[in-house]
Amino acid sequence: MSYKIYKINEELKDFMPKEIIDLEEKATWGNPKRGVMDLPYTKELIEEHSLCAGCPESMALRYIIASLPNPEDTIIVNSTGCTSLVFPHIALHTVHSLFGNQNAVASGIKRVLEWRFPDKVKDVVVLAGDGATVDIGLDCTLQSFFRQEKITTICFDNEVYANTGGQESGLTVKGHVFKMAPKGKQWDKVPMWQLAIDSGCHYVARLTVSSPKRVEQVIKKAIYVAREVGPTYVHLYTPCILEIGLNSDDGLDEMRARDKERFAFFEYMTPQAEEVINRIKEEGLL
Amino acid sequence: MQATETILYNRAGQRVVSPDYLLFEAPRTKHFMTGSEAVKEAVKRASVDASVSYPITPQSEAAHLIGELWVEGYVGVYFRGESEFGVMSEIAGCAMAGARCITTTSGPGTLRAMENFPMWAGTRIPVQLVLMARGINSPLSIQPDNLEVSFLLDTGCMIWYAETAQDLFDMILAGFVVAEQPDVHVPLITVVDGFFVSHTREAVMLPPDDIALPPYNPYRAPMPVIDAEVPPGRFLRDPFVMKSNYISYATHASWQWEVRAAIERSRPYAKHYLRGLVEHFGDPEADLVFVACGTASAQAKEAVRLLEDEGIPARVVKLKTIRPFPIEELREAVKGAKYIFVPEFNVVGWLEREVRRYLYGHSNAEIIGAPRVAGGMTMPAEVIVKEVLKLTGKEVKHVI
Repeated sequence: MSYKIYKINEELKDFMPKEIIDLEEKATWGNPKRGVMDLPYTKELIEEHSLCAGCPESMALRYIIASLPNPEDTIIVNSTGCTSLVFPHIALHTVHSLFGNQNAVASGIKRVLEWRFPDKVKDVVVLAGDGATVDIGLDCTLQSFFRQEKITTICFDNEVYANTGGQESGLTVKGHVFKMAPKGKQWDKVPMWQLAIDSGCHYVARLTVSSPKRVEQVIKKAIYVAREVGPTYVHLYTPCILEIGLNSDDGLDEMRARDKERFAFFEYMTPQAEEVINRIKEEGLL
Repeated sequence: MQATETILYNRAGQRVVSPDYLLFEAPRTKHFMTGSEAVKEAVKRASVDASVSYPITPQSEAAHLIGELWVEGYVGVYFRGESEFGVMSEIAGCAMAGARCITTTSGPGTLRAMENFPMWAGTRIPVQLVLMARGINSPLSIQPDNLEVSFLLDTGCMIWYAETAQDLFDMILAGFVVAEQPDVHVPLITVVDGFFVSHTREAVMLPPDDIALPPYNPYRAPMPVIDAEVPPGRFLRDPFVMKSNYISYATHASWQWEVRAAIERSRPYAKHYLRGLVEHFGDPEADLVFVACGTASAQAKEAVRLLEDEGIPARVVKLKTIRPFPIEELREAVKGAKYIFVPEFNVVGWLEREVRRYLYGHSNAEIIGAPRVAGGMTMPAEVIVKEVLKLTGKEVKHVI
């Protein structure tokens, strides 16, 4: 892209809100070394958000958007759910089309952009919840992995359909009681990170968002590998504090507790992915 | 000073010509081919950027042939998706990223993909879907039947209906031109009857294949293309679902009205490139009129010839577009009509409903939703004649 697209017409500048002017002047464009450490000092590409106070998903979104190595040429595809509440507030090209088709839409976008702009790097990143990724959208998710689409898929796993009021999802833990599972979930949590590996992803990570710096590292690896090798998958635990009965300042403790058990940091990469990761480390981009 | 003329070529190396030249002026030669092959010939001359395919009878061959064009360099992106739901989402992604797109489907595939069609319209992408109509389940049928079209009428997509392979060829080319007009820019579903047209060989007049439509320019679109080359466009804006207030309701409602208004604005373009939204056949003075689309109109034309033998003057008004519906053209065409027959290839009579709706208060003719065949049955001209003779009380001679 040209940075001009974020430039405000001088004659209109007097009328523009401060946050839009800040986007031009204080956001981190054109710097692949940008990251979560910039958050306190630069203009974020998310203009506030409309999630619940203390929602870990809002943290995850801020860390991810702050870590994109190439935001000026990044397309974000999202789906229906709590995440869709945030996308209108992101200063990048974002798409919402249907519930569960995000990896299919992303596949089409990525292939056409590669064809239209063979000499440019355009990253396509999917951000969706566990219902969208693993239940209603599982077919599209896995098929995009099978086809080796060069996209990064990030799943916000809150283990429940939160936006519709707290129903059991495929990623709910067995035994947990939610709506539509009034006797407790009868079957195991779907090991989506393992399905991603078996389906051909070249880089897979599972983690909570308790450590911003670790989220940044994982996101950057996933995007660089997707750009050059093939599909990558990041599985983030972003608990719904509302649905599991926690206070708005409890999210971090909840994630830290899960860091020690079912969301212990897990990372997988193929040899080709490792090669890319080692190279970008040498280049100082990680 | 000497005038210079710039010759433009598309990415396949074909000379770019104006839509009018390609459709109306370029010399044509006669070829003998199926409807599926006519799809290939149209796509070959349409500077198509992307196509996504999925197997379902009877559209599979058309989709294979688009794949061959991809191998030959006439189509930029091509692959097989996982299901029609996936395919219609993938092709939406292709269109959002700025591609001229075409895909094909049939019957159950249409219904599998259904959620995508209003999304296409709401996203204002000019994707073209070639629909080779077939029966829908259950019970399982792969035979020609156009019931599926009734489900598509209110998706916010334009719907055109081709009668022959020639119609299909011309409509596909005209379709891109009309759908991509900045003040239209909505999807187009080009319908043709499966098997009757897709699998039947007929003479088709084709312009040369070294010329093609001007490539799609996504920067003329009314919505920002999702390519990070223009300021961000967001398909989900605050008011839509985010707030429960009157502004959000009004925004959603006006967006939907605008999609329908865009279809209305396609009329002058469609009239020009299709040479009218309706076609007339038979005795212009006849008070017995068949209103039909697709191969039902072909059969109705045969029936007109048979009725001539019976001494009954009749005529056909063939509808080329269903969305937009040729309201004024139809009202004008049936002035003086006493009987209007609507022969159809489905059990519900969706075209009869449309005809009744738009003629209500505008015609005193008796509207008869017959004959109606379905499930793969053919509609011999004699069956149509029989319906007419039943009405007139004449002896039925032609019917086997």
